[in-house]
Amino acid sequence: MDVSIQSVRKEFDGFPALIDVSLGIRSGELIALLGPSGSGKTTLLRLIAGLEHPTEGAVFFGDEDASHRSVQERNVGFVFQHYALFRHMTVADNIGFGLKVRPGSSRPSKEEIRRRASELLDLVQLSGLENRYPSQLSGGQRQRVALARALAIEPRVLLLDEPFGALDAQVRRELRRWLREIHDRTGHTTVFVTHDQEEALELADRVVVMSQGCIEQIGLADDVYDRPNSPFVYGFIGDSSTLPVQVENGQLWLQDRSIGMDARDLPEGPATLYFRPHDIDLLDGCGGCIAGTVAASRRVAGTRRVELEVGGARERVEIELPVEHPAGTNGRIAFRPKRWKVFPDLDRGAEAQPAGTHIHESSIDETELMLALTT
Amino acid sequence: MTTLTVAQGWQFRRPSVIPGFGLTLGFTIAYLTLIILIPLSGVAWRTTELGWAEFWSVATDERTLKALRISFGASLIAAIINVVFGTLVAWVLVRYRFPGRRIVDAAVDLPFALPTAVAGIALASIYAPNGWIGQLLAPFGIKAAFTPLGIVIALVFIGLPFVVRTVQPVMEEIDSEVEEAAATLGANRFQTIRRVILPGLAPAVLTGFALAFARAVGEYGSVIFIAGNIPYVSEIAPLLIVIRLEEFNYAGATAIAAIMLIISFAMLFAINLIQAWSRRRYGYGG
Repeated sequence: MDVSIQSVRKEFDGFPALIDVSLGIRSGELIALLGPSGSGKTTLLRLIAGLEHPTEGAVFFGDEDASHRSVQERNVGFVFQHYALFRHMTVADNIGFGLKVRPGSSRPSKEEIRRRASELLDLVQLSGLENRYPSQLSGGQRQRVALARALAIEPRVLLLDEPFGALDAQVRRELRRWLREIHDRTGHTTVFVTHDQEEALELADRVVVMSQGCIEQIGLADDVYDRPNSPFVYGFIGDSSTLPVQVENGQLWLQDRSIGMDARDLPEGPATLYFRPHDIDLLDGCGGCIAGTVAASRRVAGTRRVELEVGGARERVEIELPVEHPAGTNGRIAFRPKRWKVFPDLDRGAEAQPAGTHIHESSIDETELMLALTT
Repeated sequence: MTTLTVAQGWQFRRPSVIPGFGLTLGFTIAYLTLIILIPLSGVAWRTTELGWAEFWSVATDERTLKALRISFGASLIAAIINVVFGTLVAWVLVRYRFPGRRIVDAAVDLPFALPTAVAGIALASIYAPNGWIGQLLAPFGIKAAFTPLGIVIALVFIGLPFVVRTVQPVMEEIDSEVEEAAATLGANRFQTIRRVILPGLAPAVLTGFALAFARAVGEYGSVIFIAGNIPYVSEIAPLLIVIRLEEFNYAGATAIAAIMLIISFAMLFAINLIQAWSRRRYGYGG
């Protein structure tokens, strides 16, 4: 089932939670809505489900306008973060609930419902637990039951709201792989909400990055990681380092020094340089590079994170070094990012833009200005 | 995967950082003995003085049987009415925000605070054939005051807060996500209430029912003013006990008391068993 969200706006008591959001979801696709809390991702999911109704705009299921259909009519499977199982029902009754409440003619027989429940229990690898109560299950098992319950009604779309958010890291990884398997086997159009970028990048066909009620970028995992289209996405997905720079004469300038990076197509003026801390070339001498003294150094797993003081000791920037690099603890380091991106500063005099203060109304102009530069 | 296990075996004393197990348990037992067990065993003791034959004749006496039937029957009906409307009142107080909600909330407790005799007199004068409500009922041939119906009315009045106050906190904790889950699965609102919400409330409702029922069985003050106290018709068992006492028939009074005690205890025990069973099953209780 294709799902299409068309210019949806949602306000709660006059406060906008979603601002002009449009999104097309292809049938059978697994999509992640990724963003920090308050970005509107859960609201968008609930709008698709019909648990909320848009202030403006429409939600289409296939060619049918579902905006004014009730939750019950939409036939969506919804999985909640805290499972929302019916505590007074056995696992089998929970799974069969959606079939049992169907009106007379379309309700399957008792045996059929039982058969379907045990089939789904097999699918979620919980066979034999039919007669347990939710309180007798672990968190991971409960979430599997919740998924089986949602699948029982043969939903047109499967929606999951931070499905693994309440589980510990190991169970989470396990369920993530398992959800992908189930999706590949059943082929349901699936949308899930998460604030965990690793989860989104690993699990989803396409990732929708959201911030402050807007969609920032839609793309494959590679797209949003390698070609982020806004400072917010660059900062939110993966590690990033930033430096305030100046674009002048087709060159990037760090205070009064050129750092040897080509910026011919960029508009002149203050801008912010973004790069990944691990994606750099270390240089010996420095004729056109970024150089700084080591201010702090931390060992993180297989690498060493070094904080450099660059220029007049005002700007700090983080890079990753091989553990055995001699300058890891002190001394001077010169480097140049391998891949990087420059976003012009919009408000004059602003320093490096922290991700949270990104201004959305201007995001369109910004996209036009943004240029991907790869050396 | 871990599963919740029911505590294995029976432990006399659980390790805890707070000391004083011996002291608190000792005090509890001594206190309960003094306050509950000694007076109640007095009832049993005085009853044995009667001898079995005499006890049986008091117990099967027509007037005693009628009084017991009225007491327990009216209490049962009142408790059932309270379960229905008490749950409704709790629902309104929990789910909706309206002006005067706090006042309504406080008013629910009034039957707790009011001297029961005052309540009885007030109810009697309102439901009497010439009273405010009695007047309205009279054309339909319904007589409320001075009939068993009056007893039920008084018992509904005094039992209401028990149901509301036990159901309210449990209702407040119902997760709205559970209702949303039911809706996404296609359940309409009646199915959601009947299959999802009410079963979850059942343990609390049952507790409220037990409390309201127990309170109603023991009620005296409010009932005697509205009941009319006609022997065999609207005479409650506690009143019959008082009457026997006034006749200096202490053995007869204690015999009736003992019967009430046994029936009440049996009913409360049964309700407790149901509670324990549902708690074990669902992992939570009322």
